[in-house]
Amino acid sequence: MFQKRIVVCLDVRDGKTTKGIRFQGNVDIGDPVQMAQEYYLQGVDELVFYDITASAERRGIMIDVVRRVAEKIFIPFCVGGGIATVDDMSAVIMAGAEKVSINSAAVRNPSIITGGARRYGSQCIVLGMDAEADSSMPSGYGIVIDGGRVKTGKDMLEWAKEAESLGAGEIVLNSIDADGTRDGYEITATRLVSESVGIPVVASGGAGNPGHLVEVLTRGKADAALVASMVHYGDFSVGDIKKELSESNVPVRLD
Amino acid sequence: MIAVVDYEAGNLKSVETALYYLNADFTISSDPEIIVKSDKVIFPGVGEAKHAMGVLRSRGLDEAIITFASTGKSLFGICLGCQILQDYSEERDTQLLGLIPGDVKLFPSDMGLKVPQIGWNTVSHDSSLLFEGIPQESSFYFVHSYYLSTELSGGSDSPWIAGRSDYGITFASAVHRDNIWATQFHPEKSGPKGLKLLDNFIRRID
Repeated sequence: MFQKRIVVCLDVRDGKTTKGIRFQGNVDIGDPVQMAQEYYLQGVDELVFYDITASAERRGIMIDVVRRVAEKIFIPFCVGGGIATVDDMSAVIMAGAEKVSINSAAVRNPSIITGGARRYGSQCIVLGMDAEADSSMPSGYGIVIDGGRVKTGKDMLEWAKEAESLGAGEIVLNSIDADGTRDGYEITATRLVSESVGIPVVASGGAGNPGHLVEVLTRGKADAALVASMVHYGDFSVGDIKKELSESNVPVRLD
Repeated sequence: MIAVVDYEAGNLKSVETALYYLNADFTISSDPEIIVKSDKVIFPGVGEAKHAMGVLRSRGLDEAIITFASTGKSLFGICLGCQILQDYSEERDTQLLGLIPGDVKLFPSDMGLKVPQIGWNTVSHDSSLLFEGIPQESSFYFVHSYYLSTELSGGSDSPWIAGRSDYGITFASAVHRDNIWATQFHPEKSGPKGLKLLDNFIRRID
């Protein structure tokens, strides 16, 4: 049986993991390679490493993290943050990442989606989208970039469909309104996108307890759910989450 | 010595790190001579069938893989490498190596399921050596838009199926014919069970 995926996201700055609330006040909480191994042993289905290193010259640290993760973790993982060119994609893929995630750079230059898909295949190219409620948009949601600071004027659904036609293989839909609140995912936006595209949609932002994942993977029609702080601070293990999903008849990998 | 066929396939790096982790005696090579002479061959792959066949032909690797297989030594195909062992793919109308009879088809888009299939799916297997120590309905990681049909082109059931999975329809997730083994899923990305399967190929299969 095909299963819903639980994805753990690690924000990495200067080679250390952090988790911020609404992109502010980041605190260091650990070594990404060690944390990745811990989640691997807990049975996580996939990992995302998001590089929030500010300075370009320190980006090499991330490539080293990717390489070290690839040597120890035998599940798929994705790397995002600071990727603006196909060469940037090559660097993380060659270091051992399965997938690359692009966000603001794809809004500025949508052809990078096609360029990456031609070189590595659509399955490698993940489009990260930060959406926020915006009643002036046809779908009711607009796309913001640069960590939520800049409105793009793009409609969420239009952008999701465009990205799919350009060659994106997967969408990570992050709700700016829900991110860091731990009050639950943005169900309406997730369902809208998932029902409008033929590629998998990963729900992101707002997870606080396993029930939130049940909701977004059933009512929200998401193919996967991304979690961060609810597992980073030890409130729940990946196993706890999967147990509750399984008990709620959401198919997940338990072995 | 195991040779891993290098034709710039997407998952070469992850196959390499998995084999390294398993302490396998292996080399990565695009040299047809090295491949034919090795004790075992792993044929990885992620990407597009027609392009991959073009690269293989231009380097003489198609003939090398066929020659290697004819020696009776063990060959293991992964994902696109698994598909390329078949006869034919609907993906841009591509003739394949024909080492295991069967066709590769595009998942229907009208099943309400996302294509490509990206994620974990369970496998019911035939308990052959490749799956030794791996429970039925274990999960493995899949990324593909095209699948191996469970039927031969004449409509009869394929006798070469070693594992079956469901994604709207039932497809062959593992195949086995004599000394040739292949999985549609990625054992190198399927956690401890995937590593066990790779280890079975390295150490249990002659």
